[in-house]
Amino acid sequence: MSAVMIKLIFIVVVFGVSLFVAMYSTYAERKIAAFLQDRLGPNRAGPFGILQPFADGIKLFFKEEFIPLKADRWLFLMGPGFFMITALMTSAVIPFGADFIHDGKTIALQATDINVGLLYIFGVVSLGVYGILIGGWASNNKFSLLGAIRAASQNISYELAMGMSIVALVMMTSTLSLREIVDQQAGWHWNVFYQPLGFLIFIICAFAETNRAPFDLPECETELVGGYHTEFSSMKLGFYLFAEYINMFISSAVLATLFFGGYQFPWVSSMDPGLTKTILSVVVMFGKIFFFIFLFMWVRWTLPRFRYDQLMNLGWKILIPLAVVNIVLTGAVILYKMM
Amino acid sequence: MIDKIFFILSALTVISASMVIISRHPMRSVLYLVLTFFLISAHYVLMNAQFLALVNIVVYAGAIMVLFLFVIMFLNLNKEIEQHKGLVIWLAAIIAGGSFMLLTMAALSKTTLPQATDANYNIGLVENLGATLYKEYLLPMEISSVLFLIAMAGVVLLGRKEKIIVE
Amino acid sequence: METAAPQIFSSIPLTHYIMLSAALFMIGLIGVMVRRNVIIVFMCIEIMLNAANLMLTAASSYYGNAAGQIMVFFTMAVAAAEVSVGLAIIVMIYKNLRTINLDVFNKLKG
Repeated sequence: MSAVMIKLIFIVVVFGVSLFVAMYSTYAERKIAAFLQDRLGPNRAGPFGILQPFADGIKLFFKEEFIPLKADRWLFLMGPGFFMITALMTSAVIPFGADFIHDGKTIALQATDINVGLLYIFGVVSLGVYGILIGGWASNNKFSLLGAIRAASQNISYELAMGMSIVALVMMTSTLSLREIVDQQAGWHWNVFYQPLGFLIFIICAFAETNRAPFDLPECETELVGGYHTEFSSMKLGFYLFAEYINMFISSAVLATLFFGGYQFPWVSSMDPGLTKTILSVVVMFGKIFFFIFLFMWVRWTLPRFRYDQLMNLGWKILIPLAVVNIVLTGAVILYKMM
Repeated sequence: MIDKIFFILSALTVISASMVIISRHPMRSVLYLVLTFFLISAHYVLMNAQFLALVNIVVYAGAIMVLFLFVIMFLNLNKEIEQHKGLVIWLAAIIAGGSFMLLTMAALSKTTLPQATDANYNIGLVENLGATLYKEYLLPMEISSVLFLIAMAGVVLLGRKEKIIVE
Repeated sequence: METAAPQIFSSIPLTHYIMLSAALFMIGLIGVMVRRNVIIVFMCIEIMLNAANLMLTAASSYYGNAAGQIMVFFTMAVAAAEVSVGLAIIVMIYKNLRTINLDVFNKLKG
């Protein structure tokens, strides 16, 4: 099989895995919410409610599709599409496991390793706001517009602090390529031990960028009906909700890659490259990703929602100065080590 | 193969930029402009200017166009608001712009451009660009941060509500 | 990609990029002259800036000189600052005149 075929198959597999994990994240969300709220959660569709996501998907398919009267038709149809595209695009640069070396040929478990991988992730995250803005505008509904504007302002405010926390990380690793960042974290040298403040800032900004509670003002039901997805029904709404879970999956993968060693684990990294190392590294990576998804959901069902001015206050007046202090401290430590 | 890619990309860029000025919906013009920026970033990637390609996306498509979208949403622009001039103005503009373009193309393509034989083709990579930026062009970079500070202060000042004096 | 030159430098001469950049600049110029909506005019100014950026990057990449790409950096920075201040001014004008048609902004006319 030529290298192009292998790459194509890998891309399709990553796509399928993202969709599958997002699908079962919906099930996990309801089960974890139930666990935190001392009740049972879905247990009717199949044993332990395992088939619940399929039931939800089929229900969404059968709902009525309508487009509001004065809505801009093309933009209304394209909004969920944009959101889904930017949610899936980030998975192109994440290394999911160690290289599989098999008699001379190397199969990299990463769709593409560009030199500026981290900047690519940042760029795609900053494009994520378009799906919400266009969907909210095209609905021709005041509540949708309000939700869209809140989402956009929240997104761009927290994008700044996220970028700055990445700058401190890059000063330490002196490379933007994700593969090299993971390779530098072999053994116990995980970046979270060297950059704890950067990790804290990044995870708060990841909560804000994926519009997850406590930052879910754009879509809260108690204030804005449905926020930016009020007027959407059937599979367009399905795309919005689904893309949010894919965003969460990808944010967890980025967190695991940047700060928690990616697919590295102390005993696994010192093994010889081969099938067992690849499989174990993939298991380790997904273990970390699932831990972060659990953390996302745990925080959602524990903390109350931020008010809009508290949110802006946190983003601009607290996180950005903290990120700048982080950069200065990192610079000072690097300078001291060089002398 | 690569010149086919170049010609397809260039054709798409010109078409997308034309749709920006032809479209009657301000919202669609914004989206066509975002598409134009993506295509220009693709040109940058072809030339191995990787860092600039991504910075183009992050700054232009990700921040400046979001600002434009915000303003269009606040001003609630529908397509009926703008008065369109007639066909004569379009013809006059196309003749004026077209003659400018012909002049520029003729002047620049008749010059013999020097051949570069041993150019450093990795100048677009982050490490080399960053080293040049921080060593030779440090002063302009620091001054541009002052520029941003001034722009921010100016925007906040412009957006303040004026005190209403009741007579 | 580190050792061999990218293919484009041998198959596409620099004059093609000159022509593409001039065409984009012309499109932006026509937009500024014809459209009456001040936000669309602003966007056409951005098209012109991008055409200039494209030319600068092409010249810099073909000759291996970093000065062109550094200039593009600063152009983008200045464009960002200019867009923010310009849009603030437009919003202020809209609050006063309730229109964004350029033909109405003639209060300074003699």
